[in-house]
Amino acid sequence: MSTAALARPPAKGRLRRIRRRRTLALGVLTAILALTVVLSLAVGANPVAPGDVWLALTAPTGGESDIVVRSLRVPRTALGVLAGISLGVAGALMQGHTRNPLADPGLLGVTQGAAFAMVVSILVFDMTGLHTYIWFGLAGALLASAGVFALGTAGGGRSGSTPVTLALAGTAVSAFLYAFTSAVVLLDEQAMDVFRFWQAGSVAGRGETVFWQVLPFAAAGLLIALAGAPGLNTLALGEDVACSLGQNVAVTRAVGIVAVTLLTGASVAACGAVAFVGLMVPHMVRPLAGPDHRWLVPYSGLLGAILLLTADVIGRVVALPGELEVGVVLALIGAPFFVALVRRRNQVRL
Amino acid sequence: MNAPAPVTRITAGKALRLRGVSWLVRLRALVLTLAGAAALLSLMALSTTIGDIPLTVGDVAAATFGDTPNSFVVRELRLPRALTGALVGAALALSGAITQAIARNPLASTDVLGVTQGASVAVVALIVLTGAAYGGVSGGLSLLGVPAVALAGGLLGAAAVYALAWRRGLEGHRLVLVGIGVAAVFSNVKYWLLTVGDVNDSGRAMVWISGSLHARGWEHVLPVGLALAVLVPAALFGSRSLAALRFGDDTVTGLGVRTNHARSVLIFIAVLLAAVATASAGPIAFVALAAPQIALRVAGTPQPPLVVSALTGAVLTVAADLVARTLFSPVELPVGVVTAVIGAPYLVYLLIRIRRERRA
Repeated sequence: MSTAALARPPAKGRLRRIRRRRTLALGVLTAILALTVVLSLAVGANPVAPGDVWLALTAPTGGESDIVVRSLRVPRTALGVLAGISLGVAGALMQGHTRNPLADPGLLGVTQGAAFAMVVSILVFDMTGLHTYIWFGLAGALLASAGVFALGTAGGGRSGSTPVTLALAGTAVSAFLYAFTSAVVLLDEQAMDVFRFWQAGSVAGRGETVFWQVLPFAAAGLLIALAGAPGLNTLALGEDVACSLGQNVAVTRAVGIVAVTLLTGASVAACGAVAFVGLMVPHMVRPLAGPDHRWLVPYSGLLGAILLLTADVIGRVVALPGELEVGVVLALIGAPFFVALVRRRNQVRL
Repeated sequence: MNAPAPVTRITAGKALRLRGVSWLVRLRALVLTLAGAAALLSLMALSTTIGDIPLTVGDVAAATFGDTPNSFVVRELRLPRALTGALVGAALALSGAITQAIARNPLASTDVLGVTQGASVAVVALIVLTGAAYGGVSGGLSLLGVPAVALAGGLLGAAAVYALAWRRGLEGHRLVLVGIGVAAVFSNVKYWLLTVGDVNDSGRAMVWISGSLHARGWEHVLPVGLALAVLVPAALFGSRSLAALRFGDDTVTGLGVRTNHARSVLIFIAVLLAAVATASAGPIAFVALAAPQIALRVAGTPQPPLVVSALTGAVLTVAADLVARTLFSPVELPVGVVTAVIGAPYLVYLLIRIRRERRA
């Protein structure tokens, strides 16, 4: 929250201009997302013309391109959009709640919880199908973040958790779980083989079932996140100020954390460790959206989806006939862009 | 605010005055340092007695200083291993303490300096792409190649972060953000390399990137020992400006510290410490992040105390190694897997206890 903006409330005309500009940017982002969706449906090892994509969606004849589009690319794209929106929104919430620019959606132990539960399910129950261990991943993610929240608030009484203890508790639990995951992976080769691909993150070959499995969780998380966004603005003024403005800080934070957990848990269980998007995206949209979370949250969701889909499309074509995992491409393309952005301007402080 | 505020003397400790020189003596830090050193020594003694051939402390002492049948085991196997653990742990923790103080962020660790991830990428590439780093084909390469490649990778990674973060000066906030960006590139290249290789090679690479003290000899002790001998005094000398750097940039300049210069020198020290430690034992996880935070909470200081952090790191690493090689004996876990298992619960316990105290 920049103090300069607080000290001088903008005049009415200026406010209207800002609002118009932000609405316009929202429209532009949505248009770009639509374009990426089309690209994601059309581009791949077997390119399909946009016209044929339309035909495959509206009037399928059962031809080769119809099967490619309907059974492979549609689920993949849908999952990419879902995961991108979830991670972007979760990132914005996480940084807002912890007021720490280093906070990523995996900070609450969600990513490592999912990884640990999946690896254990492979080791103990000999699970090999993606559709079965995704439930373990989701359960692990939810349990881990519930544990982190309990530890972060323990002993805090009515004031709830402070950002620093929450972040540190999350990091500690993540490291703890990661240690067990690596121990299992080092002792069991089959788990290692699944884990190394999960770790790279991918939306390929998930099928429609996975999308429907995680959709309810992500949708619930998104609704809670949008409803809680205004509360984050008050929280950004500091806990004492938020308290004196009549906000129940502990409840606001708990609600935000539930949203982050649902969003991140759903996408991490389905697509693997791609949580880095969540860290990057809010920093990218902050110059555009300003510090207001009512704008920041939807912007982050849209840009998250755009980035994830673009990275997936690029990953399909750069390493033909093979593919690069979306998580790898995201970091290779997104991170340099992120670094350039950090260098270019003075970041909005949290 | 009409009445003048009562003058309160901040009692940070007793000042020891000797003619023109004065030195602040903080009793709590002094006691902690002594206790930490005692704990470290007894843990190392314990570590040298446990193993396939159980020894008593007397045996170990006799074998170290005289020639007994156990001399080889103690002098060539157990002592260097325990020493490497202690030195590497201390170096990583010190590096983490400096980084956290500069970044003014408890979540920052040596990872944001690009050292550990740079070293990891270099070593994973070596193992996965050549597939022979520990193989029988190239015995010389396995001894010299991996540490040298790790050192080069670590320093290159740090240079990349530093160059990208420098823009009319070095600012802690930007350094950290650039650092995580660069680290993300490195770690994803690492994940990708793990997926392209043979699963056996990936497994071996996993052992290295978890950090291991297995089969460490004097050739691993020496570099870290030398680095610490030079860099610890340098870090302590720099701790004056480190203490000032916790305030905002304007205040620091007002206090007479050349911010960019001080930050660059301190980061250089942190990078060298982390790079040498990583080259010897791999990127042992969590020590650089947790040890300074544990030390800070135990010592009750506003930012990580350097000496106590280093001792905490050493104790944590030696204890973790002890667990790593005895728990599933004869199978050995990499020490980096265990540091988090020991360190994380303790850090969480400290967090909770301090909150209780504050509330009471």
